[in-house]
Amino acid sequence: MEQPLLMMENISKSFNGITVLDSVSFSVKKGEVHALMGGNGAGKSTLMKILTGVYSADQGDIFIDGKKVEIHNTDDARNNYISMIFQEFSLIPSLTVAQNIFLTRESKTSLGLLNDKQCIEETEKLLEELDVDIHPNDIVGNLGVGYWQMTEIAKALSQETKILVMDEPTSSLTQKETEILFSFIQRLKNKGYAIIYISHRMEEIFEICDRITVLRDGKFVATEECRNTDLDTVIQHIVGRDSNKAFEWKERPYSTDVTPVLEVKNLQAGSKVKDVSFKVFPGEILGIAGLMGSGRSETARAIFGIDAKEGGEILINGEQKTIKTAPDAIDAGLALIPEDRRMQGLILEHSVKENIILPILSKLKKGPVLDEAKANEMASHFVEKLRIKTDDIFKTSRLLSGGNQQKIVLAKWLANNPEILILDEPTIGVDIGAKTEIIDVIRELADSGKAIVVISSEFPELMALSDRVIAMHNGQVVKELRRTEIHSEEELQHAIQGN
Amino acid sequence: MPSKEINAPGQVAFGKSKPRPVQKLDWRNYIVYFAFIGVLIYFSISLFDDGFVSTDNLLNIARQTAMISIMGVAMTFVISTGEIDLSVGSTTALASLTAALAIQSGFGMLGGLVAGLGTGLIVGLINGLLITRFVIPSFLVTLGMMGIVKGMAMWVTDTAPVPIINSAFNFLFGSGDIGSVPILLVWTLLATVAAHILLRKTSFGRQTLATGGNESAARFSGVKTHRIKLMVFLGTGLAAGFAGILYAGRMHAGRYTFGDGDELSVIAAVILGGTSLFGGVGTVIGTLIGSLMIGTINNGLIIMGLDVSQQMMIKGLIIILAVAFGKKAMKN
Ligand SMILES: Nc1ncnc2c1ncn2[C@@H]1O[C@H](COP(=O)(O)OP(=O)(O)OP(=O)(O)O)[C@@H](O)[C@H]1O
Ligand SMILES: [Mg+2]
Repeated sequence: MEQPLLMMENISKSFNGITVLDSVSFSVKKGEVHALMGGNGAGKSTLMKILTGVYSADQGDIFIDGKKVEIHNTDDARNNYISMIFQEFSLIPSLTVAQNIFLTRESKTSLGLLNDKQCIEETEKLLEELDVDIHPNDIVGNLGVGYWQMTEIAKALSQETKILVMDEPTSSLTQKETEILFSFIQRLKNKGYAIIYISHRMEEIFEICDRITVLRDGKFVATEECRNTDLDTVIQHIVGRDSNKAFEWKERPYSTDVTPVLEVKNLQAGSKVKDVSFKVFPGEILGIAGLMGSGRSETARAIFGIDAKEGGEILINGEQKTIKTAPDAIDAGLALIPEDRRMQGLILEHSVKENIILPILSKLKKGPVLDEAKANEMASHFVEKLRIKTDDIFKTSRLLSGGNQQKIVLAKWLANNPEILILDEPTIGVDIGAKTEIIDVIRELADSGKAIVVISSEFPELMALSDRVIAMHNGQVVKELRRTEIHSEEELQHAIQGN
Repeated sequence: MPSKEINAPGQVAFGKSKPRPVQKLDWRNYIVYFAFIGVLIYFSISLFDDGFVSTDNLLNIARQTAMISIMGVAMTFVISTGEIDLSVGSTTALASLTAALAIQSGFGMLGGLVAGLGTGLIVGLINGLLITRFVIPSFLVTLGMMGIVKGMAMWVTDTAPVPIINSAFNFLFGSGDIGSVPILLVWTLLATVAAHILLRKTSFGRQTLATGGNESAARFSGVKTHRIKLMVFLGTGLAAGFAGILYAGRMHAGRYTFGDGDELSVIAAVILGGTSLFGGVGTVIGTLIGSLMIGTINNGLIIMGLDVSQQMMIKGLIIILAVAFGKKAMKN
């Protein structure tokens, strides 16, 4: 039998006495794409952080090419040719793309000074190979999330690597970019790299992976050959029970003869939003589809008053509103769940509870003071409802897994019970079990008469949720489709290309 | 999902990378330069008859600002990592005394230099270790150190000044002129050039900015952020020690009052220059200009005949306005 390139054996790890990994074993072969799956908080990122020296295991061994290796810090990992694309971005916003990619590995001139020219040239080559349209001198903080992801990938590939770990690399990429990434993974695979791929998107896993290992609650559940298994089996491994009608669309009755709750007329903002008009009716879920850069998020930001509007009108319940700042928007009954939630939506050093109740503090008062009992109840309610995996509601948000942090932000805005809810990529990084929950919560909200706008790059999600879909291209609405007119994802794919 | 070729016209996201202009120069980053030029022009015109533009006066400004500039370029690194060092003023005082004492005890110029710089390095080392090992916020550590070191400076000679009778030392480290160029200006330029290269052209500088830009991301990328922080505090310690030596050389004595309140001028110079108080963005040249600007304002106000209380108020106002204006411009 072929010797695996990487073996991790009986790895255990606990934080403050709470076991996060319990004797997990796992191996990857050369030229293999191996999916690591499991619900939010199952321990995937932790296992990979042990491999890359961010954490050290309490127990267990790591073997590379059959030889035992000690990995105690990121240097050790690098010396063993292990690179990782982290779920939490490891980029410095204030540095340029090239400076980030070669951070700590800059080429030097004969005087020992940084040779920026060479770094820029090499970055240029890398970006060209990845087919990414950014410049090495762009400041990372000024780029969109999708570009961050590609920069991360370029960074990982810029060093000599045998084992490449990707922790949810596609969570902020669109279909098109994902395809580019996949063809790249295919090439790496043919070159003999071992790739560990973490994702919550099932279709992806079956498209590019050779084997799947599933963790649940820190324990190893199964390793399966992709071609010998199917979606249902994997989902069952992940959630530990039978899956349910996850992504089925339900027709929901609502009326379009009334005044729309939200009407956007000829909105113009910045270079990305050129002319956007749409209506949302009470009880309706409107989906917005589009490529990265098509101006979807920017439209949401402009409506919400984060970016300045340069033209157009916003009508709420038929009344024209001036929304210049986010508080104006909140007063008008709007809520926006932003795209990069961990950066914009969460106070990482605060507890789960404090984050959830932040927007509704004024509603949780008992006399002049905060009604702690009610606040705790509120927080617990959402932790349960969205299945946020945390020891208790007082845990610091920073210590939760990536997907669970996403859920806190959702909970925060759902608790606020807004009239109009705009969700930008609501289920990024959320596991399959919780995705269903979130979709249900959104539907419930719509059923109670709220107007909802969902921006999503995941077609299955758009298809499951939307009553109507508008496609955006180059800052304009290019197509509007009732859900009943859409028969396949291909039609959506076509619509967002702008033809 | 078949990977069909879908190439939409005018597609924004991905495509053959087309050449793009290098990051445009942004005038906002240079606001301090304009402000400085504005202040210079204003005083040149309004104080022309009072001799503001004379070479003598301009060189005098360079002399008066040298210590602030030198500590400022070191502070640029500390602030770039998102930290702060409040102890530089006190360290200056103590270093002037240890240097003077060493010379008085017959260790000569070199002895004075070693004692002064050593004092600064020890303070920096203690600051750095407390901040990185015990993870105490730098604001607290250096606030505490500010008091401790000041106390030591008063205690070491029971507040008595220590005269320095060593003309070589006094010439080289403060009072001398090379031709008509003050030696203090030479030191300032040397420190600025060295620090500029260190920040812009070495991996240490890059890692300093990375640490301040996003510490955990920097750590994931293999930056030893604690070591970087320790180094930047050694840097401000060293610079404060050297500033103490320069004060001593200029005044021919060590004295506990030297550097009183300098930490605030130094921090103001750094922030005025365009370094971000939140870390991640830093500029050494900006700091030099910031320091010169504060010095020029001081000088101009004195020539105008304003008294100290008026000077302080106007200086404070200008600093707030400049920073606020820079911030506002940054947002738009
Ligand atoms: N430093 C830490 N201190 C305490 N608990 C932690 C720490 N890091 C992770 N955990 C806990 O360990 C568990 C596993 O987290 P991990 O990030 O590995 O999950 P994951 O499988 O990657 O989930 P996701 O799909 O949401 O990213 C979580 O319950 C998390 O709260
Ligand atoms: Mg994770």
